[in-house]
Amino acid sequence: MEDLSWGMIIVKGLGRFWPVWLALAATFLISHRFRRRLGLYGKLFDSPVGMAGFAIVMFWVFTAFFADMIITHDPLSQLSGMKNKLPGTALTNPAEGAYPWYLFGGDHLARDVFSRMVMGARRVLQIAPAATLFAFMVGISLGLPAGYFGGKLDTLLSFVANLVLAFPVILLFYLLVTPEMVQTGIPIYLAAFLFIFPILFLTVLWNSRYFMVPARRNLYVGVTLVIGLWAYSGLAFNADPTGIWSMDPNLLNVFVSVVFVNSPGVFRIVRGMVMDIKARDYVAAGQTRGEGPWYIMLWEILPNARGPLIVDFCLRIGYTTILLGTLGFFGLGVSPESPDWGSTIDDGRRLLNIFPHPALVPALALMSLVLGLNLLADGLREESLKD
Amino acid sequence: MLSFVLRRIGVMALTAIALTFIVFYLTNLPPNLEKLAKSEGSVRMADDAVASWLERNGHTGPMLVRYGQWLGVVPGWTREEDGVTTGRCIPRGTDPATAPRYCGILQGQWGYSTVFKAPVVTMLGRSLGHTAWLMLAVMLVMVPSALALGVLSGMREGSRLDRVLSTFAIATTATPEYVSGVVFVALFASATAGISPLLAEWGLISGKTLFQGTATSAMEDITFWNFALPVMTIALYGIGYIARMTRASMTEVMTAQYIRTARLKGASFRQVVVRHALRNALIAPFTVIMLQFPWLLNGVVIVETLFNYKGFGWTLVQAAGNNDIDMLLACSVVAVFVVLVTQLISDIGYVFLNPRIRLA
Repeated sequence: MEDLSWGMIIVKGLGRFWPVWLALAATFLISHRFRRRLGLYGKLFDSPVGMAGFAIVMFWVFTAFFADMIITHDPLSQLSGMKNKLPGTALTNPAEGAYPWYLFGGDHLARDVFSRMVMGARRVLQIAPAATLFAFMVGISLGLPAGYFGGKLDTLLSFVANLVLAFPVILLFYLLVTPEMVQTGIPIYLAAFLFIFPILFLTVLWNSRYFMVPARRNLYVGVTLVIGLWAYSGLAFNADPTGIWSMDPNLLNVFVSVVFVNSPGVFRIVRGMVMDIKARDYVAAGQTRGEGPWYIMLWEILPNARGPLIVDFCLRIGYTTILLGTLGFFGLGVSPESPDWGSTIDDGRRLLNIFPHPALVPALALMSLVLGLNLLADGLREESLKD
Repeated sequence: MLSFVLRRIGVMALTAIALTFIVFYLTNLPPNLEKLAKSEGSVRMADDAVASWLERNGHTGPMLVRYGQWLGVVPGWTREEDGVTTGRCIPRGTDPATAPRYCGILQGQWGYSTVFKAPVVTMLGRSLGHTAWLMLAVMLVMVPSALALGVLSGMREGSRLDRVLSTFAIATTATPEYVSGVVFVALFASATAGISPLLAEWGLISGKTLFQGTATSAMEDITFWNFALPVMTIALYGIGYIARMTRASMTEVMTAQYIRTARLKGASFRQVVVRHALRNALIAPFTVIMLQFPWLLNGVVIVETLFNYKGFGWTLVQAAGNNDIDMLLACSVVAVFVVLVTQLISDIGYVFLNPRIRLA
């Protein structure tokens, strides 16, 4: 086999993503047809910026989903003679049925840069949205009462939030994401504290709405508690008897640290919005009707704060991606073989002057994902402000 | 005003104490201390030897007391063994009678760095000096360009110029330092890729590369050649954010009544922007720039590691990676101090700059 030219690399590379293109086309066709019935999501298709951002984000989501079909080689296997080879180099002695090229070249351990980048997307998209969601649960659960009740509770929570925000992020990561920290069990305590919030949130959410209809309330709260506590025991304490919910201790440490760093920011936004919204007439109407404070917070105030929260959610996933990359870049909490983008950049930078491609490919991938999320957030903001 | 400042300083002191205690707690966890004992004593120490080493060196006892000793508000520990008195405040080979009672960071005793084999204060001073030059250069590049970008795109909202500049600003906020640094090095400082080989071929540059990929030589002598890339890398990430804030505040000002009045009385657009709008539009960005310092600190750590520039960030990484407890504590004190002081300045400065805010 001969080496590929730059044009052929692009053609072949784009070709490898065929499941992604199909899925992307289907998503856009369907969403565009029904855009008038899809609310804020549908309105996104009226804004070119939002559409571009959505396309980039969905590209990476589908890439992560179809990663097994896209990769050309095993992301961990090393093929002899492919060390630091330039993009498009043909394999020296390919095995039967193996893909005959390294599309984006080989890294310093002769692994395929292209496949590692694709697998890295899966790593990032497994952690970043989930961690952001947890941070939102924590931030909302604490920000609502702080903003609504005010007083001593607000002073205390705000002080703690400012404390975490005043910490330089990298210092916090260097203190929290270490093997010693896993030994002491602090990540487990933190996880036990942070992971309880989604359960609390959902329980209070159902209870405040349906406490007059006990049958329904019991069903919803019961399902939440059973699934929630089951997942909780597995994720936080690794004590799930069935073994479905479990998390590697290092991954748990990374996850918990990222949630911990992100939640004070969410707290501040939610608190500020609640303080603004609670002066509205519909809140006063609810209070006069005799609604409980949690009903007002969760079913009156929160839905009316959703616009800025959705925008911030998009931005924050991007920020979380950057944080995960930072962790990988400093080699914190990830296994050295891991294909995630941050550690691949760190691997590649040692030979950056001579062979830039192993570091450049994941760097551009990370940048495009974050850019997509930022554009999406911008589009959403613009569209949600229109009405 | 005075009571406001005093209250702010009080909260700040409380925050500083809480933060340093957290750092102290996290760096003095048992596994860290065990590692310290093994690296200072011998690697093959048994568990009881580790325990006695820690006991001899004052690493046992309640965490709060040790924190107090480190801070310098609790008398340093002393021990008598075989008639020889050792203690926190008694350097080896000096008379215990003349030693001071307190020796914490408040007394200027910052400890000894186990990685650099030097007093923490000297190492910290040197690295902060290097970082100060970097920060100065970053500020000189970042602030004017970000403000210009924001004002230009904010003065005519929705124009083509605004669209282009806003997209650029979004792109820079999506590019963390470790990405832009890698891209810059590949583009400008690689002898095999990017534009340097082309320029060298055309004879436009004398050396092999347009810029240098490491900033190690900048520690002795800062030149454009070795300092441009690190400065650009840090500045780029901040530019987008400040520019967006400036743009938001500029667009708000441009719709204000007094701008319309100025236009109606016949002032030119240029004069309206420079004389009337600019001053009010720059209040909000001032706070933003001040609050950027914690982020810049992140950027400094990444860029100094990437470009091998032995400043504050590089020192922090070395100290954290090698379990150098005293050094790491000192670094965090500096970091926390910088963050809190800039917050205070931004709060007070905002009140001074914005006459609409009155404090009782």
